[in-house]
Amino acid sequence: MIEALLAGRWIAVWRRNYLVWRKLAAASIAGNIIDPLFYLLGFGLGFSTMIPEVEGVKYIAFLAGGTICYTTMLAASFEALYSGFARMHVQRTWEGIMNAPVSLEDVVLAEWVWAASKSLLSGTAILLVAIALGLSQSWKMALIVPLAFLIGLSFAGMGLVMTAIAKSYDFFTYWFTLVLTPQMLLCGVFFPLSGLPGWVQAIASALPLTHAIAIGRPLFLGQWPQDGLVHAAVLAAWGIAGFAIALGLFRRRLLA
Amino acid sequence: MAILDAKALRKSYDGREVVAGIDLTLRKGECYGLLGPNGAGKTTTLRMLLGLTAPDSGSIELLGHPVPQAAREGRIRVGVVPQMDNLDPDFTVSENLLVYGRYFGMKESEVAARLPGLLEFAALETRGDSRIQALSGGMKRRLVLARALVNDPELIFLDEPTTGLDPQARHLMWERLRLLLRQGKTILLTTHFMDEAERLADRLAILDHGRMLAEGTPPALIAEHIEPEVVEVYGEGVEAWFGEHAMALSARAEIHGETAFCYLQDAEPLVANLKGFAHLRFLHRRANLEDLFLKLTGRDMRE
Repeated sequence: MIEALLAGRWIAVWRRNYLVWRKLAAASIAGNIIDPLFYLLGFGLGFSTMIPEVEGVKYIAFLAGGTICYTTMLAASFEALYSGFARMHVQRTWEGIMNAPVSLEDVVLAEWVWAASKSLLSGTAILLVAIALGLSQSWKMALIVPLAFLIGLSFAGMGLVMTAIAKSYDFFTYWFTLVLTPQMLLCGVFFPLSGLPGWVQAIASALPLTHAIAIGRPLFLGQWPQDGLVHAAVLAAWGIAGFAIALGLFRRRLLA
Repeated sequence: MAILDAKALRKSYDGREVVAGIDLTLRKGECYGLLGPNGAGKTTTLRMLLGLTAPDSGSIELLGHPVPQAAREGRIRVGVVPQMDNLDPDFTVSENLLVYGRYFGMKESEVAARLPGLLEFAALETRGDSRIQALSGGMKRRLVLARALVNDPELIFLDEPTTGLDPQARHLMWERLRLLLRQGKTILLTTHFMDEAERLADRLAILDHGRMLAEGTPPALIAEHIEPEVVEVYGEGVEAWFGEHAMALSARAEIHGETAFCYLQDAEPLVANLKGFAHLRFLHRRANLEDLFLKLTGRDMRE
């Protein structure tokens, strides 16, 4: 992984994906912003009448910190699963690339970093919206930009494992309904974890979105996260393990 | 140095031997054809030669680099036209070429300098800004060929380059391939079109069940395995005629469906005999690659 990263052949593949994104950027950014914006305004304003404050801050500001994290989770997941599968299987883009002097590892590395880049783009977009709404004034929230990239690496790594074993797009529904949606509900996007039963908290503490929010929400609210580096290390570990497993599976699928 | 040298290649999938001992050497500037029915092992052989799958045993040297160990280095001077088009549907014609050049580590300015020549070669001069969806099948195929030339390769792999094209598009493709050969490029071609192999290949090999059944120049192979003349006979009552006359007048004869194939050293006595059967129609021609191919691989359907 390190060797391929330094060799830099993956950059040409990353740039291919970036060029496609740039051509469709307006629609893509709009889609990235509108969905979380509805959640934020709908839930945020709606619940604010019942819950004026959570953990000492306005509910809508509490919600915004969680929403940014789960939006970046979804951005990387959609890219690694649906778009990645299209490029690998449907359009045979990878096949074309691997006929050039580019290895499968270079291609998968590029997909991984690209999906994380999508998280960064979409996290930044929703962050700007939150600023425009006046939900945060702290400079610390700028650190959410690199955090979005890390969250992207984490979820894209795991997502690529699904892509490597998928037969069709239908398969990805399981990943969303069984893995990502439960994390959205259990990991503290909408309400603090402290209110949940102990065993739910125990499960949640192993899930990557919990760790993402443990860093992202305090930064958004202008505080330093507790054990920030530990949470970052958990996110990185999920991502690197996912990438390594996915690469092995892609090799079996495409180079057999 | 051989452009490509493969020895004793073998590859099995789930206990089934798909490539069962193939030796292959390409000389500079030649067009080498790999012919075989579906499932003969052509595509697996190509994938092994490119280093995209490892052989179970055997050795490969691609432009002086051992494969698969140094396949990436070998592929720097190789161009590939895959069986199925895999152009980037989100890009224009020119963008497809520019983006592909980057995979070879080429600078933007280098690819840009080659772009007009490549578009002209593909007869797409006015289509640089077209979207891929707007191209015909023949145009897409020529663009894939131009894309394979973006790095100015010494060796070009073509996997069934004209499958699915109309006659006009096929002829234009062949003309371009001959142009490449005149420029000194080496071509490895797989096809199941005998006319294509006969037109393009300097040497060819016939593959079936993962084995090479014959190898040589097309005229030498035909001369070695097939009588020089062929008469095809068809029409009402051909079976009766076949039983009575064909065997006696031919060196070799067989009947398939409603057509009798008679292979002969000299067709004149048979043709004279056929004049007496006005209800039978016949075609007298020279033996060709298709006769050779069918003799070696049989007439059974492969699906």
